[in-house]
Amino acid sequence: MRKNGAQIFVEALKMEGVDTIFCYPGGAVLYITDALYGADVRQILVRHEQGAVHAADGYARASGRVGVALVTSGPGATNTVTGIASAYMDSVPLVVFSGQVGTMLIGNDAFQEADIVGITRPCTKHNYLVKDVRDLPRIIKEAFYIARSGRPGPVLIDIPKDVSAAMAEFKYPEKVHIRGYQPTYAGHPGQIKRAVKLILAAKKPVLYAGGGIITSEAADELLAFAEALSLPVANTLMGLGGFPGIHPQFLGMLGMHGTYAANMAVTQCDVLIAIGARFDDRATGRTDSFASHAKIIHVDIDPTSISKNIRVDVPIVGDAKNVMKKMLEAVEEEKATLREYKQGIAEWLSLLADWKKKYPLGYTKGKLLKPQYVIERIYELTKGKAIIATEVGQNQMWTAQFYKFMKPRTILTSGGLGTMGYGFPAALGAQAAHPDMLVVDIAGDGSIQMNIQELATAVQYCLPVKVVILNNGCLGMVRQWQQFFYEKRYSCSLLQCTPDFVKLAEAYGAVGYAIEDEKEVDKVLKKAFSNGRPTFIDVHVDPEECVYPMVPAGAPLDQMVLV
Amino acid sequence: MRHIISVLVENEFGVLARVAGLFSGRGFNIESLCVAETLDPTVSAMTIATRGSEAILEQILKQLNKLINVIKVVDFRDLEHVSREMVLVKINATERNREEILRMTEIFRGRVIDVSAKTYTVEITGTEDKIKAFLTLVKPLGVKELVRTGSIAMIRGEKMIQVSEKEPKGGTDG
Ligand SMILES: Cc1ncc(C[n+]2csc(CCOP(=O)(O)OP(=O)(O)O)c2C)c(N)n1
Repeated sequence: MRKNGAQIFVEALKMEGVDTIFCYPGGAVLYITDALYGADVRQILVRHEQGAVHAADGYARASGRVGVALVTSGPGATNTVTGIASAYMDSVPLVVFSGQVGTMLIGNDAFQEADIVGITRPCTKHNYLVKDVRDLPRIIKEAFYIARSGRPGPVLIDIPKDVSAAMAEFKYPEKVHIRGYQPTYAGHPGQIKRAVKLILAAKKPVLYAGGGIITSEAADELLAFAEALSLPVANTLMGLGGFPGIHPQFLGMLGMHGTYAANMAVTQCDVLIAIGARFDDRATGRTDSFASHAKIIHVDIDPTSISKNIRVDVPIVGDAKNVMKKMLEAVEEEKATLREYKQGIAEWLSLLADWKKKYPLGYTKGKLLKPQYVIERIYELTKGKAIIATEVGQNQMWTAQFYKFMKPRTILTSGGLGTMGYGFPAALGAQAAHPDMLVVDIAGDGSIQMNIQELATAVQYCLPVKVVILNNGCLGMVRQWQQFFYEKRYSCSLLQCTPDFVKLAEAYGAVGYAIEDEKEVDKVLKKAFSNGRPTFIDVHVDPEECVYPMVPAGAPLDQMVLV
Repeated sequence: MRHIISVLVENEFGVLARVAGLFSGRGFNIESLCVAETLDPTVSAMTIATRGSEAILEQILKQLNKLINVIKVVDFRDLEHVSREMVLVKINATERNREEILRMTEIFRGRVIDVSAKTYTVEITGTEDKIKAFLTLVKPLGVKELVRTGSIAMIRGEKMIQVSEKEPKGGTDG
């Protein structure tokens, strides 16, 4: 059937099973928005294009499906860059459609022209400028495939206005064939054998698991693998939820604000098994003392992640789920060695247990309400059954430390790019994907103001997200660094004017509560979690509180400031 | 160490920008880069000369492979190959050194391709080393300008760099 580009776009979305898109219109996408009129795809109109992309990202992380955003050319397109870069760093599958000026105008500095394909080239997995409407079905098919396969990531499709109006025969391709793109899913059997041998000979093994566990839906395999080998497990920020936060083998998060046990374990281990993690500097600290006594096994679907920051002894390119299954099979063939191995690691495990007991995460209560307490209560009231988004800064690190994530896809946080303003729109996206789940954004009073306009979106679409603002009157994490490393010279970090968040929420037609005192925490949280409406909870917390432990940037992981 | 890498890419618009952007964005260094269509008009070949340690070279090869438009990456280090580049050199030609220039050009199997009252323009083709040697020798004679193509390379013998459909690229371990 003949259709115009805009109609092809809508049909292709249906073929891809897209039920929701996050959009913001403009001149260059008027044909597209017209084709969407009455179409069977839910359109959520955000209030800023950055919000659209973060919402699509939250939708994708919470559901495991590809998130979709649609924006106009020029400023609409450039407003998506932070969202796209955030998704790229955290390997989130997105397809972002941008309008473009007509093909005849491209390159002429036309009204609302921006070279968004050029601008996003380094922060997309791939991108396209559609020059001929006949290519559109193939390009959309490829984009969805590229976004979700291999190491997932965002793909941008730039559609000039005349292309969206031009007619073509619509036939959606059944298959994708890209000769330059064939991700490796199966790990090399020889390497898998070598890895298992190495683990079984270890006296001090540690498993270091990242976001790849979530992406490859490998949480069950990770649990089985870790239990079969009694492996202690440290998670990266992106890996949280990939292993149950209350499991006895769980060491907590490693890295700059990691637990004592996790950081000491990776420093002293003799075999490190990294799965779906990329040795990011926030996780490793100083690289030459990271796991420096260990043989390192690294499983990752992206070959560029392997031996990039740290030399690896047994590289395995493949999908985490597949590879762990195969490793488990190989372990089962080694029953005899397994017994010996378990005796051999007993001493190490008891040392780790000691560390966990001696140096747990903690904080000291005082006159003022402590942010950590609020997060502990959120955990106790939800028991890990909510989806928790975070902003960036102290709020993010305290959430990672004090909320016990139990399941994959329950934490939404900008790990790689560290984007303030990510959490709230991401939470809206997650709520759109899971209307019946409780979705909470744990925010700072700085970050929340970066995309606060999305309150209107929450109210318009009845997305009852709860935003818990840990209000400390400052850009807390920056203030903390200034306290530690810049002699308390609090420059550019004190928010001396902050809106009344309760009134602000009410002004938007949402609900606002305030908490000043520890005694009110449970009562107000319960009320908020059950009111069925978008809600801001303004929690006045101790402005001087810091995140501990802390490994100063560039220091070895075992040099933690504990309190 | 200097490495010559051949990259087969889709002959599409924007691919050069992706490859160049990869090098600049990650701080890899490009000494020279040549691009042109291959026998198959849907494929272009880029020959890139770069410098870096083993670890950097490994990253360069992997990162190139990761680009969706890149079909194949070959590191000539592991292969017996021939390589060439071409240079055009404009040299001050005086009464005294004209003979010398001609002699050098002869020795290096080059050609004088343009002559003016005060200059000779010489074309030399060869390996990087040969060109370096020539330039060192003619420099004292007064080089006014030079333009180089950068290296191109090819495997010796019957073997060829081909687009193979089966092997997953970059799929080897490590
Ligand atoms: C978009 C953006 N700009 C700047 C930063 C740098 N930064 C990191 S944490 C932080 C402070 C965050 O303050 P707030 O949201 O109030 O959270 P808190 O640390 O107080 O919990 C800043 C400015 C960032 N991460 N993202």
